[in-house]
Amino acid sequence: MTVYAFALYTMLGVGAVLAVVRLALGPSLLDRVVATDTLLVIITAGLAVYAALQRDPTIVPVLVVVSLLAFVGSVAVARYVGGMLMRSPADDGEESGLAPPGVTRTGEETS
Amino acid sequence: MSGALRFRHQLPVLTWLVLVWILLWGTWSWANLLSGILVAVLVTNVLPLPAVIGGARVHPLPLLVLAFWFIKDLVVSSAQVAWQAIRPSGMQQGAIVAVQLRTDSDLLLTLIAEALTLVPGSIVLDLDRPRRTLGVHLLHVDDDEDVQRQKAGVLTMEDRVVRAFGTKEDIARLDQEIPVEDLAPGSDGPEVRR
Amino acid sequence: MNDFDSIPDWIAAACLLVGAFLCLTAGLGVLRFPDVLSRMHAGTKPQVMGVLLIMIGGAIRLTGWSATWMLLLVAAFQLITAPVNAHMVSRIAYRRRHVRRDLLVVDELVDAQRGAELRAGQEGMSGDQPADAPEHTRAEDDGRRPSPRDLDDALPD
Repeated sequence: MTVYAFALYTMLGVGAVLAVVRLALGPSLLDRVVATDTLLVIITAGLAVYAALQRDPTIVPVLVVVSLLAFVGSVAVARYVGGMLMRSPADDGEESGLAPPGVTRTGEETS
Repeated sequence: MSGALRFRHQLPVLTWLVLVWILLWGTWSWANLLSGILVAVLVTNVLPLPAVIGGARVHPLPLLVLAFWFIKDLVVSSAQVAWQAIRPSGMQQGAIVAVQLRTDSDLLLTLIAEALTLVPGSIVLDLDRPRRTLGVHLLHVDDDEDVQRQKAGVLTMEDRVVRAFGTKEDIARLDQEIPVEDLAPGSDGPEVRR
Repeated sequence: MNDFDSIPDWIAAACLLVGAFLCLTAGLGVLRFPDVLSRMHAGTKPQVMGVLLIMIGGAIRLTGWSATWMLLLVAAFQLITAPVNAHMVSRIAYRRRHVRRDLLVVDELVDAQRGAELRAGQEGMSGDQPADAPEHTRAEDDGRRPSPRDLDDALPD
């Protein structure tokens, strides 16, 4: 049984470490967002595994919070990056509704 | 919008919020139900969502078919993606394809995109609403033939989702054989009347 | 403590094991895959299945406590939020051209978007590649963004 628990925690731990390596390497902001998201979900999984092995439900509410925070966090960063894209004149912010008036995404004239 | 209609649009959201509230408390009691309804009404009034136009019907049998294939897809492609992550040669080549769908309902398009993104191996990048075209990134393709096969898979998924949640008109559209043209390089894609 | 002695417990144990393994592959994929889009696949997908399995395993182990429902709720949240998250990040990755074009068999979106961009008076796909792409595959500097200096030059006095 100890071997089983050890195997579980090792797999989750190695997965988390690999995600941290990607978080450190980057290279872009979005890579880091993906890595953070993966890391948080692995942490959630780890807490759930602990709760299941020990039959200890006290940390389960933490799981709800962490899983929702992971989502809110990466969506917030994604929107922030999208906002940078919107403000930069040389980049295309057209999917944010910033196309020149009269021109839609498909290039057809709006009537 | 009249009060009754607005209430009808809010009802699924209210039900879902009350359910989440009760599940979070973990136990069933009348106090939980009442406080849940209170919180749900408060949330939907403080943070109102735009009403979903069109709405959906739930067809039980096709829903089961959808669920079966969805779980099968989930298992099979999870194994595939996991294998690509492990094997020494790693990931080789992907593709970004544009698939024109036949459905013309916001809600159904959202459901299709969600389902496609949940199944490993494909992520919806872009949805061109006027032309009903999905841009899908495929993690692994062998060759051009495989690309076509996976595009057909996207349409099959659409078929199942629409049959499970669509209205009569939506289902009828599936059989109408609206030509599905690819966006050939250099062209602007098929013209679709708005 | 670790009392795996009934059949549901063994099912839960199998679920946990497979789930943990899928989490490991998620970490591996995020590290090994070559660009943001494919990392997104690795990061989001085995996760969905893996977390689902772990939550089911946990729910079986914790039957009887009120926490069971909370675990299933976490699984449901995961199913709802993962696609939204994946879609938002990958859409921005695509728009910002963090895509290794040399790894794509076909990109059917680029033509449609290029046409629209050119007609909107903007530049076409500049095709810049992520910083960790191999040197020889990186596109030449043909899609250079206009710098403020270029704009100054273009303006009449």
